[in-house]
Amino acid sequence: MTQYIVRRLIHSVFIVWGCATLVFFMIRLIPGDPVLQMLGPEYTPEAAEALRHKLGLDQPIYVQYLKWFSSVLRGDLGDSIATGETVVGAIKTGFPKTLSITVLSFLIALAIALPAGIVAALRRNSVIDYLVSILAFAGVSMPGFWFGIILIILFAVQLRWLPAVGYASLTQDGFWPWLSHLLLPSLAVGTGYAAILMRFVRAGLLEVLGMDYVRTARAKGLAEWTVIARHALRNALIPVVTVAGIQLALLLSGTVVIETVFSIRGLGRILVGAIFDKDYPIVQGVILLIAVIFVMANLIVDIIYTFLDPRIRYG
Amino acid sequence: MAREPGVVPAQVAHDRLAALAEQRRVAAGSRFWRRLRAERKAMLGLLLVGVLALLAVFGPAIAPYHPDADDFGLFQPPSLSHPMGTDSFGRDLLSRMIVGTRISFTIGILAALSAMVTGVLLGLLAGFYGRWVDSLIMRFIDLLWAFPVIVLTVGMVAIFGAGARNVVIAIALAYLDDFARVVRAEVLRLREEDFTLAARAVGAGNLRIMFRHILPNTAAPIIVQTTFAVGLGILAESGLTFLGLGVDPSTPTWGLALNEGRDFVRQAWWISVFPGLAIMLTVLSLNLFGDGLRDALDVRTVSEAE
Repeated sequence: MTQYIVRRLIHSVFIVWGCATLVFFMIRLIPGDPVLQMLGPEYTPEAAEALRHKLGLDQPIYVQYLKWFSSVLRGDLGDSIATGETVVGAIKTGFPKTLSITVLSFLIALAIALPAGIVAALRRNSVIDYLVSILAFAGVSMPGFWFGIILIILFAVQLRWLPAVGYASLTQDGFWPWLSHLLLPSLAVGTGYAAILMRFVRAGLLEVLGMDYVRTARAKGLAEWTVIARHALRNALIPVVTVAGIQLALLLSGTVVIETVFSIRGLGRILVGAIFDKDYPIVQGVILLIAVIFVMANLIVDIIYTFLDPRIRYG
Repeated sequence: MAREPGVVPAQVAHDRLAALAEQRRVAAGSRFWRRLRAERKAMLGLLLVGVLALLAVFGPAIAPYHPDADDFGLFQPPSLSHPMGTDSFGRDLLSRMIVGTRISFTIGILAALSAMVTGVLLGLLAGFYGRWVDSLIMRFIDLLWAFPVIVLTVGMVAIFGAGARNVVIAIALAYLDDFARVVRAEVLRLREEDFTLAARAVGAGNLRIMFRHILPNTAAPIIVQTTFAVGLGILAESGLTFLGLGVDPSTPTWGLALNEGRDFVRQAWWISVFPGLAIMLTVLSLNLFGDGLRDALDVRTVSEAE
């Protein structure tokens, strides 16, 4: 077990290093000179040369790589070309917003997927089952950002219940303003994710319901609800945990785009803005961070998995 | 000429094996059609995909107006003459949606096919040769997998620039790992099968075994995955174009309409509603078809296999 975790950790470190390297070299392929972008109208060949020297862009690429990599290890991701603030600083302002949306989407997805999947499995081939199935199909087929726009039209423009755009800080503005700004974007991302999860909840539960131990539990005279909750569901949810982990990327992807819809300056919005500005250090830093979060999350899911299902032993 | 009983010349053995395999494939093929017709989901999906494909091919001829004609008045709500209303430039939205079908399908299909060809090739090589080839390819696949699709595509477009070709490459890169994993898993299984051994025994080389004996047997999961990939590609394209990183803004696409409609949700909901419905209907049809195909072909997809 410990051996497995250690091996997975090493593998994760390798992946993250690979990502960082890939991102570094890819960014260097971007056409267009960032120095021209930075100087704008103040461009003179001398000024460009001086700036290039200052940024270290006149050094051979492997020197740049080693320098960049050693500063990354020290937690220094460089400075934004466009604004001059540190990349770490920019990430610190964006991260809480992205994290809030991601966590809330995840909770919303569970709140939709668990009951829907369970009811669909217990009432197999009923109207509810078909309805859940249709909703699941629709959910995975629609663009999450479009659903976000629909939610804005419905709840912000027509009903005026919730704000259409923007973000409020939990610590400064309080709980309700924070939540009210997050509800619509999180609902938009969470619904697509729920659509995937509920199919797996349903399939997992159906498989388990046919097992001998469920029959035994029923034969013991346990209440149907106890059989479902204590015996069937616990085992049915194991594969769901894996799917939840694998599809986490989807949640992050959804969040990146939804931030643009709701004008929330989280990591996604910062990333897209930086691409338009050719702000290399920001692009580099944000993509790297997202890859790290994703790899770590999957590592955690894999470890949880071994705890949930003692039959699984990674040799 | 007397021959030892049971010993057949290599060429004859080759031909017999091939004929046997062909017979089996034909039988499997007709069984497949029977099962596919029994899948209501698949048939519904196929019907819808067919209608949309017709729109994609004949769109410009069917559309009531030219997609760029802009003399219908700004922000006209849906009416009999403009069932989906007009946009912020005074263009007929329905015509733009119909013409946009072709672009969405083209990008989705091209991206899915590119992802398929590269992914299948990588999976085939990794599974067949194993050892360091496998390690090398699968570590690369792991790397691709570590980036959420939209981050990967956004990053690629940032590097190579926007435009249809780069969007296709970016989406293909984002989805080829699914193909590589599916094919690799199949190859690992098929490599140990008797027919592979038989092919090798009659002297077939690695390439022949890979492409004539193993690859045809991985067709089912590849076809299913490709169907889903077209839908995923269409979704990814709409997302990229919505962010302003997709195809050229002069082409009428569904994602572009959503991008343009976003600023006018207060006065013109229809600009945002209909393009999304078009995307959803298309992807839904492909998913229904893919799902039915999967049941008819009886294959497991990546997410379920894991």
